[in-house]
Parts: sequence; C-alpha cells; structure tokens
Amino acid sequence: MYSFEFARPGSIDEAVKALKAEEAQALGGGQTLIPTLKQRLAAPSVLVSLSGIAEMQGVCVSDDNALCVGGATPHAVVAKEAAKSFPALAGMASRIGDPAVRNRGTVGGSLANNDPSACYPAAALGTGATIKTNAREIAADDYFQGMFATALDEGEIITEVRFPIPEKANYQKFVQPASRFALVGVFVAKYASGVRVAVTGASEDGVFRWTEAEEALSKDFSAKAVEGLKVSADGMISDLHGPAAYRAHLVGVLTGRAVNAAA
Amino acid sequence: MSLSISLTVNGDRCDVDLDDPRVTLLDLLRERMALPGTKKGCDRGQCGACTVLVNGRRINSCLTLAVTLNGAEVTTIEGLAAGEDLHPVQTAFIEHDGFQCGYCTPGQIMSAVGLIAEGQAGDDAERIREGMSGNLCRCSAYHGITEAVQDAARRMASADERKSA
Repeated sequence: MYSFEFARPGSIDEAVKALKAEEAQALGGGQTLIPTLKQRLAAPSVLVSLSGIAEMQGVCVSDDNALCVGGATPHAVVAKEAAKSFPALAGMASRIGDPAVRNRGTVGGSLANNDPSACYPAAALGTGATIKTNAREIAADDYFQGMFATALDEGEIITEVRFPIPEKANYQKFVQPASRFALVGVFVAKYASGVRVAVTGASEDGVFRWTEAEEALSKDFSAKAVEGLKVSADGMISDLHGPAAYRAHLVGVLTGRAVNAAA
Repeated sequence: MSLSISLTVNGDRCDVDLDDPRVTLLDLLRERMALPGTKKGCDRGQCGACTVLVNGRRINSCLTLAVTLNGAEVTTIEGLAAGEDLHPVQTAFIEHDGFQCGYCTPGQIMSAVGLIAEGQAGDDAERIREGMSGNLCRCSAYHGITEAVQDAARRMASADERKSA
C-alpha cells in the first residue's frame, strides 16, 4: 500500500468534511478496497472510514413498506435482519462472497463500487431502490452508469438504501465458484405496478434491466412467459469462465428459475 | 501521524500506538503482539488462513485495518484453549484428521468456531461446506474438516444441554 492519512469520523457530517480533502477516499468494509490498495492500484491521500458512523448502521421497514438499510450495514446483518420482511433480499445478501466477507462488506460499499458481477446492483435495480446520499436521493434507474461507474459525485456518501418490498421476488445466481461473484445473477421482483428484472454479471455495461422479460412477466407472471425470449450476446462479458453466448443463455434460464422460486 | 487504539485480544486489554494506518489486524497480531498462530496465506482475502473472530464474528484479518478496530474484542487461535484443555473444535480437528500440512488450520478452526456460534449450519454437511467456503485447504482435507465441524457442533450442543439441565 502507498502511504495515506486516516480519518475516523463519528458522523456523516464529519465524514463529508474529511472527504473534501484532495484524493480522499471513503472506506466501507474494505473487502475490495483493501486488496486494491495492497496491489497499489489506488493511492488515496486520506482514507475516511465509514464504519464508525452509528447513523449509517442498521435495517428497518419504513411506513411506505420499503426496507431501509444503512449504508455501512454489513451483508450478514441484512441477511439476518431482513429474513422475515424481505426474504429475497436477505437470501441474496446471505450468498455474497463467503462468511468473512459478509461480516465486513457493506451495501454502500458494494453499490459505490458497482462491480459488474456484484449481487447488490441487481437487487437495487431490480427493486427500483432509492439510493440516499449525504446530498440527495438517486433512483436506481439513474444511479448505475456502466461498469464501476455510478451517479455519485466526488466525496458523496451512500448513507442509506431503500428497497421497496415487492409482493414476490427472488434472486438467482449462477456462482463463479472461485470468487463467488455472479457469473450471471438475475433479480426478479413483482409489484402491483408491474415486474422488474435486473441482470448482473452478464453485460460489459454492468447491471441492466431486461425490459422484454419485464413486459412479458407483467402480463403473465410465469416461467412460461419468458421461455421464448432471448437476450442478445452482443456486449456480454466473455472470459475464461464463460463466453458471451453462454452468459446470454444463462440470463433466460435464471430469469425462469427466479420466477418459479419467487415468494 | 500517531493513531492509538485500544482493543481486547484473547481477553487481554491492549493499548496500541500505531505509527502507520496501513497496519492490518493480521500484521498487528503477528509482528507486534507475538501471536503468530494466525497465518498469512494470500494476504488478499481469498484463502481464509488469517480468519479470526472480531466481536464474535469471523473476518479476514488481512483485509481489516487495525486502526478501524478501536474497542473491538479479538479472538485468535491462541485464545481458544483453556490451559492444557483444547477447545472442542481443536479436539475434533485432530480426531477427524481435519488437516494435513496444518497451515490453513488456525483459520479453519476459527471459522468453524464462528460458524457453530452463528447456529445456522446445524448438522447438514452441505451447509457446513458452504459455511466454511471462505477457508481454502490446499491439501484438500475438506472431508475431515466437515466431519470435525459436525462432531464439534454436536459435542458443544450436548455440553450446553448438560450445563442448562
């Protein structure tokens, strides 16, 4: 790691102030950032730890039936606390990485990083979540802007994420067995207003909505409704774990499975 | 820059002055506290050899900056046995040949202790394998590890029953 200064703010306001320093970088659970620093792929001047901010911790259900998760809440806490109120989201959180990663990694960190194979982006986009920051609220549809790119400004902190609780939902992940990232992951959520389908791990542009499947499922919420639909392999990720056509095929298969398993 | 933290390691309260914020919990334990039982494998969170418990939860100590752990309670492999009496998970690993070279074993055992405390895996071999998936064993002693975790969980549950009876 290159040398850096370290700040341990106790409140969001203090963290925002600390992040105004040039080349400052927020630190969530560090499960991606610490390895990145060790490989000298980043050189922040100040690391601002968000883990000591009590107001960014915890899970609750709001009056308008959204699951509200503090930005610095670890995955293991979401897996436990949301098990009854939003089982699909809890199930997704309980299968991120491995147990040690889930005890440190945070929802805010995952969404701020926006890894194209991470699970949380699919849950946020698939539920039409609202990403609350220190400065504003961002709709998930506007938030994700391509691989590792988001609508966040420099120094902006995700303080809370609100996931509207659906009537039914499920997340299906085809696991890349070494990293436990999604080779492809599909989040399906059924609301009174319609169905949302978000796909992670597949596209070179990061998480995306499969609108064709959304339309079909909004009319008929059954695996049969998406049986004939195909996703183009153009722009899909191709690597040693699976070529583009394979990933495109998995999108259809996992969407069907998610619909069948939705609860 | 001087950063001081206070934490409890295996029951002993320690005040630590860190001259550099880059010190990970793993390096703090091994290099500065003479606790080399926690192993450095990949040093990037992939192998689990450095697993310790922080506030009862298992984490990769190589991916945790010590400076973020003010007030934390840390348990390492050195803190498990009570004098000469091994922890039930340690005993079970020996009885079931849950290792070969032994390098990953402290991490495996700390992870198993964390898993049993979480109370989610029960006796189900597949759920135990999933729950231990963050800990790699290059000698591939996985069969013995799974058996050891099952056995230790059973023993600890029946010991708890005896206590409460």
